[in-house]
Amino acid sequence: MARVVVDVMPKPEILDPQGQAVAGALPRLGFTGVTEVRQGKHFELEVDDTVDDDTLAKIAEGFLANPVIEEWTVRRLS
Amino acid sequence: MKIGVITFPGTLDDVDAIRAARYADAEPVSLWHADADLHGVDAVIVPGGFSYGDYLRCGAIARFAPVMSSVVDAAKGGMPVLGICNGFQILCEAGLLPGALVRNQKLHFVCRDQWLRVENNTTAWTTRFEPGAEVLIPLKSGEGSYVADQATLDELEGEGRVVFRYVGENPNGSRADIAGVTSANGRVVGLMPHPEHAIDALTGPSDDGLGLFYSVVDSLVGA
Repeated sequence: MARVVVDVMPKPEILDPQGQAVAGALPRLGFTGVTEVRQGKHFELEVDDTVDDDTLAKIAEGFLANPVIEEWTVRRLS
Repeated sequence: MKIGVITFPGTLDDVDAIRAARYADAEPVSLWHADADLHGVDAVIVPGGFSYGDYLRCGAIARFAPVMSSVVDAAKGGMPVLGICNGFQILCEAGLLPGALVRNQKLHFVCRDQWLRVENNTTAWTTRFEPGAEVLIPLKSGEGSYVADQATLDELEGEGRVVFRYVGENPNGSRADIAGVTSANGRVVGLMPHPEHAIDALTGPSDDGLGLFYSVVDSLVGA
């Protein structure tokens, strides 16, 4: 068994209005100096030993992320 | 003439799509997401709503429903398919249409009657419109901003595959004011606004939406 983390982020050229809204709220809360926020998704998968890296890439590319608008990374934690 | 209308968990506008098919003198056929059988329909409407609660991404889970694999196969064989709102998102996720729909630029859910210009009246769903016709159709979406990379946008513009464009102020930040696009063969069309809500002046802002449903019936009769 292993824990795998898949992070999915909007591509740099894709407008991220949610991240912009978060960035816009920070000064109102008294936090200054944060110049940009991008918001994405974080998945944690528990997988058994039969799930190889190719399979994880297919899960990320074909389902968890939409490659038209998003980038993804896969990390094995253990 | 049978037009199938798919219902997923979370679909909202299947009933109005069925009504629109009936207005156009077609026989509506309800299709269920878990049933891969298309029951002999001649065309399919993927209606609006929030399939699977919009979990993961709008349309991301619906595209893997059993009925969708049959729709993708049929579309590749030339069957007319119309995706409305969430249906448009599903067709993009399924790869039948290019690009994707993302959160509206100003994060607001937009709900209003929207003027559109018909940019392509040669698709299976738009032959009843005059070229450049302007139509009034309800728009109601929070993730209706159409995006695609520049090469794809250039290809769509170059091949005349932008079918509907927003007239006036862009409601959601869509690239090039795009409200709807079509497949390379002009048989699959997706748009964010809801033509099935504009088929009768009694219940909508116009009956402009009827043109899509009459058009597909024409294309099937002529086939």
